[in-house]
Amino acid sequence: MIAPHLPVLQVVLPLLAAPLMVVVRRGGFAWLLATAASVAALGIALALFARVADGAVLSYAMGSWPPPWGIEYRVDRVNAFLLVLVSSIATVVVIYSRTSVAAEVPREQLYLFYTMYALCLAGLLGITVTGDAFNLFVFLEISSLSTYVLIALGRDRRALVASYQYLIMGTIGATFFVIGVGLLYLMTGTLNLADMAQRLPQVAESRPVLAALAFITVGVCLKLALFPLHLWLPNAYAYAPSAVTALLAATATKVSVYVLLRFYFFVFGGTTVFIALPMAEILLLLSLAAMFIASTVAIFQDNLKRMFAYSSVAQIGYITLGVSFDSVTGLTGGVVHLFNHALTKGALFLLLGGVALRVGVVRFDNIGGIGRMMPVTAFGIVLGGLSLIGVPATVGFVSKWYLVLAALESGAWWLAFLIVLSSLLTVAYVWRFVEAAYFREPDPAVARLKEAPLAMLVPAWLLVGASVYFGLDTVLTVGGASQAAQDLLRGGR
Amino acid sequence: MRFASHYSYWITMFLLIAGLYIVIAHGNLIKKLVGLSIFQTSVYLLYIAPGKLIGGTAPIVTEQFQVYSNPLPHVLILTAIVVGVATLALGLALVVRIREAYGSIEEDEILEQEV
Repeated sequence: MIAPHLPVLQVVLPLLAAPLMVVVRRGGFAWLLATAASVAALGIALALFARVADGAVLSYAMGSWPPPWGIEYRVDRVNAFLLVLVSSIATVVVIYSRTSVAAEVPREQLYLFYTMYALCLAGLLGITVTGDAFNLFVFLEISSLSTYVLIALGRDRRALVASYQYLIMGTIGATFFVIGVGLLYLMTGTLNLADMAQRLPQVAESRPVLAALAFITVGVCLKLALFPLHLWLPNAYAYAPSAVTALLAATATKVSVYVLLRFYFFVFGGTTVFIALPMAEILLLLSLAAMFIASTVAIFQDNLKRMFAYSSVAQIGYITLGVSFDSVTGLTGGVVHLFNHALTKGALFLLLGGVALRVGVVRFDNIGGIGRMMPVTAFGIVLGGLSLIGVPATVGFVSKWYLVLAALESGAWWLAFLIVLSSLLTVAYVWRFVEAAYFREPDPAVARLKEAPLAMLVPAWLLVGASVYFGLDTVLTVGGASQAAQDLLRGGR
Repeated sequence: MRFASHYSYWITMFLLIAGLYIVIAHGNLIKKLVGLSIFQTSVYLLYIAPGKLIGGTAPIVTEQFQVYSNPLPHVLILTAIVVGVATLALGLALVVRIREAYGSIEEDEILEQEV
């Protein structure tokens, strides 16, 4: 009886949990409810993933208004993959945040933290599951507005400025997106993405449609922090509470990548995107710039959270690089890296949160010799770093392998060389951590440190473990990604 | 005549660019939010203007009227207005907190304190 309603329950459960928390106003209760909502979302996502595994498409007519008139929720193999990713990361982070957030957010604001957490989750899941362009914008704003609040809850006063900057840039991005959707609506008379995809070929070469493509590209790229549009990201990640950074790094940018994929391959179709406009060349160039410039900037950071934030900008470059190939292998590499980077960066930021709990702001000069005092945490960070580099037996290797394959397949051997070369920059900043953590004598302040609490280590190590496990067993991730890639490429032509 | 018949688009574009310019050019955090609001408002016009047909009425089916305006853009923009208000409220709340923390709402003075 409940099975046909799974697509909508995916969003409604966290959405309903949020006002309930505000009414009860208890931090502990709010955490329980947020955990319950996240676990339920994970269960639903897994059920949906199983039901679309054979290539079926689930369509849910909101309020029984048949699409394209009503809002349609549409689950296929592409977004089911994303739903599992977002809800599983959210579940891990919410378990972690009980200890971590209690230390970083004032007690009387805890219930508000979890309210925003549930709203953010509802927004992210909504973006992924909806099949309606305007509904997507609304969910984008729900997740963004709650994200601004979550960032502003950071202890440092710079969190306020970071949140304000993100609010300005995020709103510009979302407004660009809605301008693009408006132009498409004017040209096709529909907001349903599947319906729009059918009607667009008749007007594909007209100027408003190309303008819409440009507006949507810029708007979404602001949200996913593609290289020159990434300016909001380092400060937002650096000063937000640890749990929020992990959630954002692992899910928010990834969901925006999904929106880009959905519009490029499903709505516009590869012909409009890659032939009428030089999107492949633009994406390729910006991705390379991200990979090299952001990695180089990361090497010179003193704050570890900022360093890994710049590293995120670089890693997003790898994902968009995969998209720019416009081939099954390239897209597989992009989608699998989206999944793999979410695991790796989620793990890294969760572990850094443990260090932050002990030392405050995590800088290179106050973690000297931490490998001896917090061995479990430090070893986890090293494993995560290895995965960022792309060492075999970690997830990072799998995705880079596919990206290199895609580069060779398209005949651009120099690109394969550049992918490997940019990994060397990653080695440089990961080595800085190894050097500080293991090759320095602990100074008196560090020598008094204890290992991070178990309630934070276990969720973090779940993600570290996953990023090693999926580096060895790629059936689920690469299988899911290549099916998603094939569906995306078939959808557009 | 083409210019005159498309005048709503010209207004939209003017508001859009003016709003975006204010966001970029001004260092005062409140003025930035004003610009952001103007920028968002231009989108309301972009959606609503094409929904209106000259001589069209509300979509209530009677024999007297043949031409109806499309109500959907209005409904969409009601939602967008709510989003805009929420963004503005949150932005202003952040500015209040920033002023409490830094004693200023000028961007350059705030950045100076962080160096």
